[in-house]
Amino acid sequence: MSFPWANHYQPKNPFMQWLDSRLPLPRLVYNSVGAGYPVPRNINYLWNFGVLSGLALLIQIVTGIVLAMHFGANTLVAFDSVEHIMRDVNYGWLLRYAHANGASFFFIVVYIHIFRGLYYGSYKAPRELVWMLGVVILLLMMATGFMGYVLPWGQMSFWGATVITNLFSAIPVVGDSIVTLLLGGFAVDNATLNRFFSLHYLLPFVIAGVVILKIWSLHIPGSNNPTGIDVKGPADTLPFHPYFTAKDLFGACVYLIIFSVFVFFLPNYLGHPDNYIPANPISTPAHIVPEWYFWPFYAILRAFTIDFILPAKLWGVLAMFAAILLLFFLPWLDGSNVKSNRFKPVSKQLFWVLMLDLLILGICGGKPAEEPWVRISQIASMYYFAHFLIILPIVSRIERPLPLPNSIAEAVLGKSEPAPATAAAQPAE
Amino acid sequence: MVRLFGIAIGAVFCVVLLFAALAPREATEVDPTLAFHEHPKQVHWSWDGPIGLGVFGGYDRVQLQRGFQVYKEVCSSCHSLNRIAFRNLTEIGFSEPEVKAIAKNWAVEVPTINSETGEAATRPAIASDRIPLVYANEIAARAANNNALPPDLSLITKARHDGSNYVYSLISGYADVPANFPADRRPEAPLHYNPYFHSLAIAMAPPLSAGQVTYAEGQPEPTVDQMAQDVAAFLTWAAEPKMESRKRAGLGVLAFLLILTTLAYLSYRRVWAGIKH
Repeated sequence: MSFPWANHYQPKNPFMQWLDSRLPLPRLVYNSVGAGYPVPRNINYLWNFGVLSGLALLIQIVTGIVLAMHFGANTLVAFDSVEHIMRDVNYGWLLRYAHANGASFFFIVVYIHIFRGLYYGSYKAPRELVWMLGVVILLLMMATGFMGYVLPWGQMSFWGATVITNLFSAIPVVGDSIVTLLLGGFAVDNATLNRFFSLHYLLPFVIAGVVILKIWSLHIPGSNNPTGIDVKGPADTLPFHPYFTAKDLFGACVYLIIFSVFVFFLPNYLGHPDNYIPANPISTPAHIVPEWYFWPFYAILRAFTIDFILPAKLWGVLAMFAAILLLFFLPWLDGSNVKSNRFKPVSKQLFWVLMLDLLILGICGGKPAEEPWVRISQIASMYYFAHFLIILPIVSRIERPLPLPNSIAEAVLGKSEPAPATAAAQPAE
Repeated sequence: MVRLFGIAIGAVFCVVLLFAALAPREATEVDPTLAFHEHPKQVHWSWDGPIGLGVFGGYDRVQLQRGFQVYKEVCSSCHSLNRIAFRNLTEIGFSEPEVKAIAKNWAVEVPTINSETGEAATRPAIASDRIPLVYANEIAARAANNNALPPDLSLITKARHDGSNYVYSLISGYADVPANFPADRRPEAPLHYNPYFHSLAIAMAPPLSAGQVTYAEGQPEPTVDQMAQDVAAFLTWAAEPKMESRKRAGLGVLAFLLILTTLAYLSYRRVWAGIKH
């Protein structure tokens, strides 16, 4: 598909020949995730996280569809129906704990997937659209995760929804109308719950659609790799099947083990106790916190505490959205002609500073809006924007990268050895 | 062009944040009562298991039954447990006839309607009924309790941080107001001082006193500490009745996955044998 030396689909089974000549679905699979897709041979375990994200999405969709069979999207029964699932539905506790923890794990693998892209420059040409479609998926995931958290109709559901939808009122002129439109009324109520349920059911399938576009777009240049240099010949690649299917199966098993530890032994560790209290519009929790995967962005939102020409709230909302939207422009903000941080000593260190910065922002986002957390989150937010919008554009243009290997094969096999024959890259018998 | 725009936008955000970070803070008054809060006392529960990580331990049925007795004879006069049906009590070791008797003799009857007149009426509970509400509604509950609302206890151990330890500590942890407690913040009647409660002043009077409940022959002495542990264990079961099947399934799933992972790893090594990468 992507490279001239890719294996071609030649079905031997008469039925597959018959099917392939009428509906080339086996061919599509073969060329996408089979032996017909050549992948750089040197990709490391961080490249497992794309497949893991797909697995996490699948788990969410399957558990979510079954949960929806038992859930009542009405403020009068939503909380009770969740407890009914936990107590009376066969394996309902498993479905719900898998779905609630599955959301957290989906974000964990997607964040690692994004950090891998940042470190190895996977967002750079020719993969800009792959990256941008990924940012679209991230935004859709955030919307889905947020609306899903509202559905159990606990205290954090209700008050989280109140706080987050209220952000849109910061938009000048039309803000209040937008909030009314979002909520279906003047406060978070049954209309809100019902539309959030509808959208929460819809968006995962939109995500699945964007995933297909993303994989399609990825298959034009093929996967990036830890050296960041382009694939040049057959010696650089191995067919996806059996090499990376085997590796992905192993990675998926490890993922499922960690996931199972949370689902079966720490099911409420990532949740908030207040969400086991039914929503009560006249009792505000002491600290309203969103789910952990929103904490860095929640910290940025709350870091803007002074009215500077614009109201502080509007600054916070603009900054929070800008913090994600700026990722769309990353392929052009980064002016380096080398992709991988492996060959960029300064950028590599800056990457780890960014990781530390995100960790600090995450911690601040989970804390109450008090000192010293507010000031720390202000400084950390400053670095976040400076990193992507000022430091990266400048450093990427002036940094002198280390010498690159001539090819992936050379990087892997060393200069002394002759490039192996293509036979080595054939599927094992 | 993108880079110039980016630098400009980044500079604007950074300047605003810099002003915000440098802006003087109003001196925040530290709540003088904060220092009097205490973290829940840590109990080694049966479900913490032998190694304390909560992987193996299950519920102690005998303890849960004692806890149910405390709930029934003490807590249930104010607190409902409305997500539990009488039939669920078979899960903690009561026989069906015992459950039927418990339901039938429950102090509060189940609301119903008179099948002839259609007027509101009550009937004795049956095993399939949920444990009836103590008060018909929130107003009735507040009216009977100095405007305080006794929460339903079905989920209480999951609705509080460190819930089992919290419930145990709260009901066994009433204390006299410390001498150095700020005078203007002292809980006044009908509130009671409790260092485990979020506001330190709780409307519930100390619910337990030694020997308040008579445990069956051969059971531990009903001290406040013992009763508090027993009822906290019972409420932990009420909040998470599927914990034992969850852990059992988890061990099976992990055993299966460990074998599958080993096989997957061996296949991976075999497929990649001799391939440099």
